[in-house]
Amino acid sequence: MTSETTTPMIGRAIKRREDPKLITGQGNFLDDVKLNGMTHAAVLRSPYAHARILSIDTQKAAALPGVVAVFVGKDLLDVNPLPCAWPAGGFKNNMNTPRAMAVDVVRFVGEAVAVVIAEDRFIARDALDLIDVDYEPLAVVVDPEKATQPGAPQLHENAPNNVVVEWSAGNREGTNRAVASAEVVVKERIINQRLMATPMETRGSIARYESSTNEFTLWTSSQAPHVMRLLLTAFVFGIPETKLRVIAPNVGGGFGQKIFVYPDMVFCMWISRKLGRPVKFVEDRSENFKSSTHGRDHVTDVELSGTRDGKITGLRVKTYAGLGAYLSTIAPGVATTLYGRIVTGVYKIPNVSIDVIATYTNTAMVDAYRGAGRPEASYLIERIVDRFAAELGMDPAEVRRRNFIPPTEFPYDNGLGLLPYDSGNYAPALDKALANVGYADLRKEQATLRAQGRYLGIGISSYVEICGVAPTAWANGQGWGAGLWESANVRIHLTGQVVVTTGSLPHGQGVETTFAQIVADELGVPYDSVLIEHSDTAGTPFGYGTYGSRSLAVGGTAMVKSARKIKEKAKRLAAHLLEANPEDMIFADGKISVKGSPDKSKTFGEIALYASVGASMPEGEEPFLDETTYYDPPNCTFPFGTHISVVEVFPDTGAVEVKRYVAVDDVGNIINPRIVHGQLHGGIAQGMAQALYENAVYDDNGQLLTGTLMDYAIPNASMLPDFEISHTVTPSPVNPLGVKGAGEAGTIGSAQCIMNAVIDALSPFGVRHMQMPATPEKIWHATRG
Amino acid sequence: MIPAAFQYVKANSVAEALVLLQQHGEDAKLVAGGHSLIPAMKLRLSQPSVLIDIAGMADLKGIAVNGAELTIGAGETYHAIATSATVKNACGVVAACVGQIGDIQVRNCGTIGGALAHSDPAADLTAVFLALGGKVTAQSANGSRQIAADDLFVSMLTTALDSGEILAKVTVPVLQKGQGAAYAKLKHPASRYAIVGVAAMVTISNGVVTAARVAVTGAGPQAVRQASCEKTLVGSNGDAAAVKAAAAKAGDDMDYLGDIHASEEYRRAMVQVYAARALNEALAQARA
Amino acid sequence: MARITVTVNGKSHTSDVEDRTLLVHYLREQLNLTGTHIGCDTSQCGACVVVVDGNSVKSCTTLAARCDHASVTTIEGLAQDGNLHPLQEGFWECHGLQCGFCTPGMIMSAYDLLQQNPNPSDDEVRHGLEGNLCRCTGYHNIVRAVQYAAAKMRGEEVSAPNV
Ligand code: FES
Ligand code: FES
Repeated sequence: MTSETTTPMIGRAIKRREDPKLITGQGNFLDDVKLNGMTHAAVLRSPYAHARILSIDTQKAAALPGVVAVFVGKDLLDVNPLPCAWPAGGFKNNMNTPRAMAVDVVRFVGEAVAVVIAEDRFIARDALDLIDVDYEPLAVVVDPEKATQPGAPQLHENAPNNVVVEWSAGNREGTNRAVASAEVVVKERIINQRLMATPMETRGSIARYESSTNEFTLWTSSQAPHVMRLLLTAFVFGIPETKLRVIAPNVGGGFGQKIFVYPDMVFCMWISRKLGRPVKFVEDRSENFKSSTHGRDHVTDVELSGTRDGKITGLRVKTYAGLGAYLSTIAPGVATTLYGRIVTGVYKIPNVSIDVIATYTNTAMVDAYRGAGRPEASYLIERIVDRFAAELGMDPAEVRRRNFIPPTEFPYDNGLGLLPYDSGNYAPALDKALANVGYADLRKEQATLRAQGRYLGIGISSYVEICGVAPTAWANGQGWGAGLWESANVRIHLTGQVVVTTGSLPHGQGVETTFAQIVADELGVPYDSVLIEHSDTAGTPFGYGTYGSRSLAVGGTAMVKSARKIKEKAKRLAAHLLEANPEDMIFADGKISVKGSPDKSKTFGEIALYASVGASMPEGEEPFLDETTYYDPPNCTFPFGTHISVVEVFPDTGAVEVKRYVAVDDVGNIINPRIVHGQLHGGIAQGMAQALYENAVYDDNGQLLTGTLMDYAIPNASMLPDFEISHTVTPSPVNPLGVKGAGEAGTIGSAQCIMNAVIDALSPFGVRHMQMPATPEKIWHATRG
Repeated sequence: MIPAAFQYVKANSVAEALVLLQQHGEDAKLVAGGHSLIPAMKLRLSQPSVLIDIAGMADLKGIAVNGAELTIGAGETYHAIATSATVKNACGVVAACVGQIGDIQVRNCGTIGGALAHSDPAADLTAVFLALGGKVTAQSANGSRQIAADDLFVSMLTTALDSGEILAKVTVPVLQKGQGAAYAKLKHPASRYAIVGVAAMVTISNGVVTAARVAVTGAGPQAVRQASCEKTLVGSNGDAAAVKAAAAKAGDDMDYLGDIHASEEYRRAMVQVYAARALNEALAQARA
Repeated sequence: MARITVTVNGKSHTSDVEDRTLLVHYLREQLNLTGTHIGCDTSQCGACVVVVDGNSVKSCTTLAARCDHASVTTIEGLAQDGNLHPLQEGFWECHGLQCGFCTPGMIMSAYDLLQQNPNPSDDEVRHGLEGNLCRCTGYHNIVRAVQYAAAKMRGEEVSAPNV
């Protein structure tokens, strides 16, 4: 190790260390993993959304040369259904989770019914066509509200009217009074349509069983390997946790979909044990669309009350949240806590009340998708606030400004049972966005163009979200079934190289780079001497994984704390060697020196060598510099910002052109601006895609009409604009890095930004609201009244 | 993602392909670019037992002008056609149309013959070919015959080609002074196919529109001519009012498809909008 | 079964393939060139794009049998003598990738795009990449990456744009 001063890495837009392998084709994604003797699984999936399975004949399939075995749901009755780890806390949840394969009844199109294992994937696929299943179709319901109505088909015996949970928060009486007595009330039905996460890499599992030790290894495209290990061993298989090692290879995008436990993990493990051979399953895209989790699917009635001069006095919300045919791993928590507790957004609203009715429908399971609950919340509040502004004839920027939570009121309790907002200063972000976009001039241009029959729209969205999830005790109160702290171990090897292991893991966020920047600065060592290891339950401390924009705020903080413990120990050791008092030691620029006599010093490298050899340690000290932290954050972090978009709509066709997209995001301190911008770009793209393009549609029979990428429009490069990103910086007081999180902010800020612009453009036609996506056809209809 | 098993045979000439077709009968399918057929086979919506590969065959290549006709070998790719100076000069609308089909990879593989022989309801070229009043040359064991554009597209995914025939050549007129042709398209955001595509060809003489052919794709089960629209335009001076009147008739003579991507009502309305766009551009060219 | 001889990244391979084998399966399963990815089953995503005889194709929609005597370049063959191709460099410098799953296909498409149009506008880059989907980046930095490479290939001085 060198002891020369290293330039600070935090704040630098360095390029990513993850990239060389990915740009040369050396990435190792799930489907790239091959094992000796590996067999291939293909899944027969239900073509019906709701049906009784009368019989399954697998004989012909089993007889096909190259087929090793065929299994059906009944074969796997010795393992438990998948667990749901986050029922809504404090309320009665009617829980139903899926089995690895359906046994008697299928409840959505795409549910696994049989698995063929063959020597190669061609044969496995061929054999599916030889399985005969006799179904008795049952009545189907796909709409989350209709599912609760009398006479609706019932999915589960223990869930009358298909209700998972009836959840509420806030002050019902106060809100009813506020709404009843208000000068102005606006109300709207607002739908947050079902979306498909669509990571470009689909999901899958490879399982290997070692009969001599009874140990499983599972390779799976997951955002949370330790959690998978815990849930699969303790809850599904009932085996010791130590009997499973989970490895996430390179993960080709997750966006929430890869947080959860899935049937393929279970049947690959079970079958690998049964057959004594490794089993590989990788979804096709159409399987990913049909059977991996979807997002959103809310139907909401919202009322907002206020005064004529633009003060909001009350907010009343009732939401039907479709969770699909069964509960996915954290579904109820997403639809309640992560949504319902932040529907007030950036506003100080004295009276608020929300009801969420989560329901079962004959559709794919719904769970967290980028933003998870917060996009639904911020879409709702930002739409209805715009609606309020339109009702008053007041500028939407002004209405927002009048109702922002004042900076003096942080930490702020929004009255919905959420943790207090950590810090915030909303007006400067709004002002900066208005200035960057040139708001006043744009409004003038809009008026001029309208006079010429052209329709420009300007949309504003001021959002706040919940990142850095979460203090464990609070999460437990919300029904979360485990911890939400994060771990990091930092070790200094004999050569001075720093090895960091963490329970966080990247799937595109660049945290290897960001983490190394943090640790290098904290220890004053060269960036290149810091290695970040992750994604394998062997060799990393238990951790909860990467989602909820938590890796930096929680995982990064664990790392800083471990590094600080290392520094303390290094100081003690240096003090011993220099015969000085540990309290008098200064750790700076890669050196530990005695206060007041800088020539009396040891380099960090010397101390590392000394500690790892460990020949003459002082009394009470162990050899080696090795520290672990399990960091449970005292609070979540609450990033915020304002996005403004400018669109033009063309009434003859209904087409929309996004002309500008300006974002001012306050994500706290920024470690690597290049990476943060990338996260915001991608997040904004997904929110914009919800506003303009994406819609997962089931017909009344429960058939997924958008089952391929020919029908489900995720945007290509020609469908998105450039993004103009800037920041305000309000450091989070919650963690020593002052960071908040940036992975979901873009998505949470953007859908309503575009919708508000589209609706603003259409206001001359009397349009006050439109459901997403704002397709040309809808806009065209709207322009003809 | 995995097609059902089939036998692959490479044909090196039209003659060879015809023999193979006869030999394998109904179970065989010809494949050129493969961008319609292979995805359908991967989803097992199509399961031919023999695939006769006619891509890259020399006798399906060639782009040439003979007098008033532009002839393009059925095996020419969209990319080759889009970048061909001959095509651009002789009948620019064909180059412009194929230049916006799909994406680079589709254009590198897809062929003009494949597009016309498939009669996909949302293909682009079918409308252009109809509007131009082109013809195809079909070859079979019994020799060859020509099929006029107006007779080619029978119904969804069905053409007038017999199962023993190969579409060998596509012929369209060389646009003359006073003629113009254009194609305007509303793209599906995911598939890139036409939700509505309208192609128009017009002839102007002494300030009067003397001929017009207009065809629509995407909106209905197959590409179709728009007789009332054409009739309304012919005899007019092609000014804004005339285009408006003609476009208002576009879409009168067809059936519509409606689905989650676009309703019948919207498709019908868009046929008129895009007809006006295509007509305006065609007329501008004709006047130039 | 078909016997094919294919030159992949400059190296000749003779292999027996089942007739229905797609080029992408051949590359990934038989040659172990797993840099070429599969992201869909309907030819939309472009994760599988490789260059065959100079033109980019979707290897999920190309039969391996058809590639007899063809020359194929995959992402693994793009760097020469340990030097990254300007496109690879551009994607790295400009943060044109996040999870990296779409990246090999994206780069191979951009390779074809730049050979057809060495000096594209941003809009032409966006349209030129219509056959490739990326769920992570929002494309903003992909456009920068391709422009970086285009400039470098034209012999111009380049540096990554500031953030
Ligand atoms: S795998 Fe999606 S286009 Fe080839
Ligand atoms: S970088 Fe993840 S899909 Fe493009």
